[in-house]
Amino acid sequence: MRATKSLALAMAGLLLATGLACAQSTEIRIGVALEPPALDPTAGAAEAIDVVVYQNIFEGLTRIDQTGAVQPGLATAWTITEDGLSYRFTLAQGVTFHDGTSFDAEDVKFTFERLLADDSVNAQKALYQSIAAVTVIDPQTVEITLSRPDGLFLFNLGRGDAVIVAPESADNNANEPIGTGPFAFVQWDRGSRVILEQYGPYWGEKPALTKASYVFISDTATMTNALLAGDIDGTNNFAPEALAVFEGNPQFKVLVGSTEGETILATNNARAPFDTLAVRQAMAHAINRHDIIEGATYGYGVPIGSHFAPHHPYYVDLTETYPFDLDAAKTLLAGAGYPEGFSATLKLPPVAYARLSGQIIASEFAKIGVRLELINMEWAQWLEDVFANKDFDLTIISHVEPFDIGIYANPDYYFGYDNPEVQALNETLNATTDEAQRKVLAQQIQIIIAKDAVNGYLFELAQTGVWNAKLEGMWQNAPIEGVVLHDIHWVE
Amino acid sequence: MLYLLRRLAGFALTLLIAALVIFVLLDLLPGDPARFILGINASADALAALRLQMGLDIPAPARFGNWVWSMLQGDFGVSHTQRAPVAKLIAERMAVTLPLSVFAMAISMAVGLPLGILAARHRGKPLDTALMVMAQGGVAVPNFWFGMLLTLLFAVTLRWLPPGGFTPWYEDGWLALRGLVLPSLALALPQAAILARVMRTALVDVAGQDFIRTARAKGMTYGEAIWRHGVRNALLPVLTILGLQFAYLIAGTIIVENVFYLPGLGRLIFTAISERDLVLVRSATMVLVLAVSATMLVVDLTYALVDPRLRERRA
Repeated sequence: MRATKSLALAMAGLLLATGLACAQSTEIRIGVALEPPALDPTAGAAEAIDVVVYQNIFEGLTRIDQTGAVQPGLATAWTITEDGLSYRFTLAQGVTFHDGTSFDAEDVKFTFERLLADDSVNAQKALYQSIAAVTVIDPQTVEITLSRPDGLFLFNLGRGDAVIVAPESADNNANEPIGTGPFAFVQWDRGSRVILEQYGPYWGEKPALTKASYVFISDTATMTNALLAGDIDGTNNFAPEALAVFEGNPQFKVLVGSTEGETILATNNARAPFDTLAVRQAMAHAINRHDIIEGATYGYGVPIGSHFAPHHPYYVDLTETYPFDLDAAKTLLAGAGYPEGFSATLKLPPVAYARLSGQIIASEFAKIGVRLELINMEWAQWLEDVFANKDFDLTIISHVEPFDIGIYANPDYYFGYDNPEVQALNETLNATTDEAQRKVLAQQIQIIIAKDAVNGYLFELAQTGVWNAKLEGMWQNAPIEGVVLHDIHWVE
Repeated sequence: MLYLLRRLAGFALTLLIAALVIFVLLDLLPGDPARFILGINASADALAALRLQMGLDIPAPARFGNWVWSMLQGDFGVSHTQRAPVAKLIAERMAVTLPLSVFAMAISMAVGLPLGILAARHRGKPLDTALMVMAQGGVAVPNFWFGMLLTLLFAVTLRWLPPGGFTPWYEDGWLALRGLVLPSLALALPQAAILARVMRTALVDVAGQDFIRTARAKGMTYGEAIWRHGVRNALLPVLTILGLQFAYLIAGTIIVENVFYLPGLGRLIFTAISERDLVLVRSATMVLVLAVSATMLVVDLTYALVDPRLRERRA
């Protein structure tokens, strides 16, 4: 009798325990390597800001989906006039900011006037210079007129830099972000984590998660331990050298996707000897992309032959423009007057892909007589020396902006490429809204800069996420900076 | 009294010189904070607007004057990149760094001092040798590596303790405490090893002195003589080391903070330097200078307590 009783009790206990284990979690803890310095995406360039807030706390008129396409956001529909100069947006109804204030056309007008004001500190202010006026038609309708057609306007509206903010809260968004998104900011324990909670009155479809914490772990070994110990449920982009630990482990899944990061051996085209085409061509022939991708990204990068993302519909494969050929490289160098090669510096920012690629490139270039001195730098110093003062020969950097081929049309840009043909093509591209025509123009530019070997084109950075195997709905690719929580959910 | 006054004057002068050195060094550091915040696509007018907001257009001597004057009034300024008051940022980190340092100190004293005394008592015997070999190992093991081993055993394999992170005290004091156990141990081991060696050497030195022989001649056992007369005399070098160790723990725990992703002061300053958050680096460094100088002052004053000869000689 007693035995049966305790058996029954044990069974009941077991049932209770399994019942608890089956109850689906609606919380997630995500490890990220970099802590955002502040939480206002309209006043800083740090990717870490968008990782926490983009499409979670804040929303824009449009939003970018995981394929990189433009979708309706706070603007549910829009019409564009024939000349491409006037956009009329219909705004979503019943939208409130997390502090309870309501959202209407006045907030849109405020957002763009703040972005374009003289004292604006928006990191991408230049992208919105085509806006001539923002007019409130009625609380649910707003019209934006442009001074010139802008093929990327709708995409740019979907960026973190153009999210809609309210006049009541905009000034405090750095520390206490208030947006219209599906998640509201709860607390920020600086140095350790940011906590978000589902916003009950959210106007759109409710997300599955009720709570999300971003935990800041900069050390790779520590992040590995935190994942293995179950202290975090995943990380959106993990160091490639640590992925082997998780690939064979059924408790985890590794998501390998693409990003917008073209990694290039940026070359100072305005400085000798790099102002000579043959020298740049010789260097292009001496780049062994396979070795660099294996050595610097553990095989996770995708080779590129021009400054364009391989997953984009406009992409042309130009990796064979200057195939790896040391003899051809030596001949070109000799023809350019450098039979013995030359010495140059290679300034490297503090990211693993740059430091590792730098060492490999230096050893490859040595074979054609180009002796590179590697100089390691911090970001602040790199920005000042290389980017602002253009005091460099070569550097390695990933350009992470989506659709940024326009930098080749700016002769003042740090790599100093001045080609009127590219400048004219880019101007036409910007003013063209027809997809087929845009594709032709974008491909022409890709081909010209590849042939000119403006920079050494190395690889497209991969996004390598590690997640608990029971999580679904994460973005595999990163067409824009952010970790969008909306579709993430637990499954059994 | 004069001893005290002289020490205090030295303390104030140290702070002023440190402030000047910190300011000049940071001003010479290459890199523009505005450009760091706004990144590579920033337009020239946005950069100019931000520099104006940060007050970077004011000449350096005026900025130095403003800074020292505000600090004297207790105002540490507002961080450039985090847009929050520096005093608040530092206070938040102190809630981790201070308890962590105190725990690590307590553990290293509780382990290191008795082992040192034990080794000295058995000088030249196998126990002494064994203890000193262990201590040598403790000094040689890098604390971050020891921390990783602790995590692997207690967090990943046994799951007794969290692998890192920190729950704020106000949220759950017990969880906060648990989060500090492994990092305190990782920090304490090398410190304990150093303390054991110093304690042993000091005691061995003292044991050879005349007054110990006199005590022995009066009939005390070796152990009694060491305990009553030796330990107190051996404490002077130990105190010096303790002062240095505490200063190190406050300022130099960054690597262990990284291993356990703790929001401590070391990481705050490290990030601020790489972000060129000049206001934050300056003021946080000053707080460290203050903490270290204050520790040294306390150590100096404690000397006088432990050793009456110092009081008389210097006064």
